[in-house]
Amino acid sequence: MGRLNWLVASVATLREETPQARTLVLDVPDWPGHVAGQHVDVRLTAADGYSTARSYSIANAADGKRVELTVVRIPEGEVSPYLTEEIGVRDLVEIRGPIGGWFVWQPVQTESVQLIAGGSGLVPLMAMIRTRVAVRHRAPFRLLYSVRDPESVLYAAELQDIVAQVPVTYAYTRRVPNGSMERPHRVDAATLASATWPAASAPTCYVCGPTAFVEVAADLLRSAGHEPARIRTERFGPSGGSP
Amino acid sequence: MSQDTLTFLDVNAAAGELNQLFTLDVTRAIVQCDSCDKIAPLAESYLYAMEPGMVVRCNGCQRVLMRIVTNAANVWADLRGLRYLQLTKREPEL
Amino acid sequence: MSIVSRGFLGRRRPADQKLPPGQYLTTDFPVLSAGPTPRIPLDKWEFVIATETGASHRWDWKAFAALPSEQINVDLHCVTRWSKLGTAWEGVSLDTLLEGVETTAGFALATSYGDYTSNLPLPDLRDGKAWIAFRYDGKELAPEHGGPARLLVPHLYLWKSAKWIHSITLRAQDKPGFWESLGYHNYGDPWREQRYWGD
Repeated sequence: MGRLNWLVASVATLREETPQARTLVLDVPDWPGHVAGQHVDVRLTAADGYSTARSYSIANAADGKRVELTVVRIPEGEVSPYLTEEIGVRDLVEIRGPIGGWFVWQPVQTESVQLIAGGSGLVPLMAMIRTRVAVRHRAPFRLLYSVRDPESVLYAAELQDIVAQVPVTYAYTRRVPNGSMERPHRVDAATLASATWPAASAPTCYVCGPTAFVEVAADLLRSAGHEPARIRTERFGPSGGSP
Repeated sequence: MSQDTLTFLDVNAAAGELNQLFTLDVTRAIVQCDSCDKIAPLAESYLYAMEPGMVVRCNGCQRVLMRIVTNAANVWADLRGLRYLQLTKREPEL
Repeated sequence: MSIVSRGFLGRRRPADQKLPPGQYLTTDFPVLSAGPTPRIPLDKWEFVIATETGASHRWDWKAFAALPSEQINVDLHCVTRWSKLGTAWEGVSLDTLLEGVETTAGFALATSYGDYTSNLPLPDLRDGKAWIAFRYDGKELAPEHGGPARLLVPHLYLWKSAKWIHSITLRAQDKPGFWESLGYHNYGDPWREQRYWGD
């Protein structure tokens, strides 16, 4: 792998995903490529030399020199308000990556896959979904997506379009869609029983989101009989994102 | 694991920094805890980030596996909590 | 050489605030720790001062609660760059706890429940500069902020103010603590920006 250096990236386009989330489509001339699930560190430098860095998961399947990051705005954050409100097309940031070899999915894997996302934890899992779709992979994929309310759902239209290939169960925690018969609830054992691959099918499970969510979901998977070695986790910290 | 210990992440979050120390991908490392003998993927260990310091703890016994402090000029590392660190040379295919 | 991200300002401190160099003002109270939050039931809690001769002075929660305490209002400066001004605590002064402790030691090592330690010169614990604090903002000190009680030494960076304090050992020789042994400055004065070795 060698030392990862900071690479200059320019904003090619911006895509508003939800009122709080935006995807930055970056052009990175020196990008070596990436694997679904990996992330980058993003460094911003102010005119006076002050700089700070945050980590973001890569949202797109490998696509030449293009890297997409979906950023959720954390109020009072230092970086996410800049990336979701201020930064514009042709602006520059530095990125370092791709980083991560554990929480990845690659087409060489043939086993079934269970994805469990808490809020913005969907981002790296979406890279996995997009990769699967792009290569027309046959591994059975399912997604359990815990999300606050319908307006917070990331990639809603796209998930709808591919639902035949990747069934999605939404677990709304604050407010359900109009007309839904469900009540808001947090993911629990019953959710897993109805919405995820059973342990007997030995899926590889990827769980991503705020730390507390990941702890609960991983515990539920273990209690449901999934082998710990088949459960991979990525924790985003208490606020679920990079402030 | 108490629910209010929300401050920990996993080693993935520190991978960019740890990469300054290791040329091989630390997120795919396997470690043995020198305190409780548990062998586990380093990626599943608990990272407590108190920037500029970070502490990686065994997800079995919670003892310290490693401590790293980074500033603009230096990286300091204490790896005594590891009995061993195994890094694979095989890269994921890009 | 870094490029510049147009329009990125980062956190900026208001020009009229007196903050140590490199700090920014925060209104919340970030929780940072080097390990899991220990749970110490009050009937098991103790605070110990051990001296360099091996003598030890011990308070259980009942004895500790009977000591005279002070309400204080102090500024906190964390090495992670946030500062929080005017925080309200209640605590027992180390001057009260050190009364009757015979020592010629020059140094102290604060040890937490768990494995955290921080070291300080003993004079930095005296003369109204340090407390064992058990209430914050009018309420019992929450576990994630160091409750039941933490060391509070506001004139130094907050990593010195060991949470979940268990004991203070007085020593003839300085012994660097958890972070001081791995790159953090041995003394840690925020006004001289002593964050790391060599600062």
